[in-house]
Amino acid sequence: MSFLAITRATLAKDVRLEWRSKDAINAMLFFALLVVVIFSFAFDPTAEESRRIAGGLIWVAFLFAAIVALNQTWARELRNQVLDAYRVSPAPANPLFLAKAVGNFIFVSVIEALMTPLFIAFYKLRALGPAWELLPIAVLGTWALVINGTFFAAISLRTRSREVMLPLLLFPISIPALLGMVNATTAVLTGEESARVWIALLLAYDVVFTIASLFLFETILEAE
Amino acid sequence: MKRAIPILAIVTAVLLSFALYEALIGAPTERTMGDVQRIFYYHVPSAWTAFLLFLINFVASIVYLIRRNPKADILALVSAEVGVVFCTVVLVTGPIWARPVWGIWWAPGDIRLTTTLVLWLIYVSYLILRRYSTSGQTPVIAAVLAVFGALDVPLVYFSIWFFRTQHPSPVIGGGGSLDPRMAHVLLINWLAFLCLAFLVGWTRYQLEVVQREVEEAQALESLLEGSR
Repeated sequence: MSFLAITRATLAKDVRLEWRSKDAINAMLFFALLVVVIFSFAFDPTAEESRRIAGGLIWVAFLFAAIVALNQTWARELRNQVLDAYRVSPAPANPLFLAKAVGNFIFVSVIEALMTPLFIAFYKLRALGPAWELLPIAVLGTWALVINGTFFAAISLRTRSREVMLPLLLFPISIPALLGMVNATTAVLTGEESARVWIALLLAYDVVFTIASLFLFETILEAE
Repeated sequence: MKRAIPILAIVTAVLLSFALYEALIGAPTERTMGDVQRIFYYHVPSAWTAFLLFLINFVASIVYLIRRNPKADILALVSAEVGVVFCTVVLVTGPIWARPVWGIWWAPGDIRLTTTLVLWLIYVSYLILRRYSTSGQTPVIAAVLAVFGALDVPLVYFSIWFFRTQHPSPVIGGGGSLDPRMAHVLLINWLAFLCLAFLVGWTRYQLEVVQREVEEAQALESLLEGSR
């Protein structure tokens, strides 16, 4: 099978599984909803203030929610020794990783699409800058979260209490990406500065870690 | 080889005492900051030592990934551990100096401060991973994480650089030149700190080697007992 065929097969299987069970999506959705509600109780901002803090709130909510999907990425493959079977099969490692990352990207994007209107309603948001820039920010930011998240989820498979391990590994390394997402979003919402440098930073982050992940994933998969 | 450690320990002790004397009494008092500036002789050498150790960790991790040499793994572990200790010294001494001089404990927009903090976080997570790992492949996954952490450093640096240029902070980068006498004291202190780091790292290295030998011997013994 070719690289693309394996990627497509794995991705189709994951999406179908998620479509039937909706485990990750439901949990993420409810989690993000809770974050929005709790934050809205914690402070009752005016439109001007909320513009300044919303970028941070949105991405923190998505980051926490994404952990749910990322944690179950590989856990699913441990049942019935699917991962071991994959390891002994002649299929290369990278298509599997890419399929998992794209799958997580889809799940987290769905959550973002569903939650954004809620955020807008709760925090009375209206972008003062060019709103179309939010789309590349969302795409690049989400990819930055899931590419490293998928990779570190595979690493944390090899540890005790792996659900706890993932955020401990992911958050420190994701700090530049988070700075990028939060500041880019805030720049667009307040319209005071250009978001361009932050988008460039996110792009650089995505490129560096996509290459690094594809380069090192096989080592991780074989490490047993 | 056995005698080298006590000799190194004595050299380090002498150097450290001399460096302490130089830093507290020998060096001239800074005109505007006063005596509080003397913390600089501990802060800066610790930072340089920590960065050097993190660099060693990165190189050793790459060597391990290529060669799978257990010595490289032990070196990576030791340099990360000692590096985190020195980095902690940097993060503690920094605010102590900043409070009287800048008037604040912490400047979130300062590039060196924040980069050092993120570095510390990354290497602490590296050590946590090593501790929590259950598989026999700890060295491999730790080395991979070390590579990711090192790749992250330039990104952290630039992200905070953008952050600073967009959010003016009360801190303006160094500038100005260092008095040659102060530079001299600084270098003596760095030398003493490097000796200390080397001494601690080396001792830890030997300890880790012995510990692994013991673990191996115990595993072998229980295997033999099982077959008996």
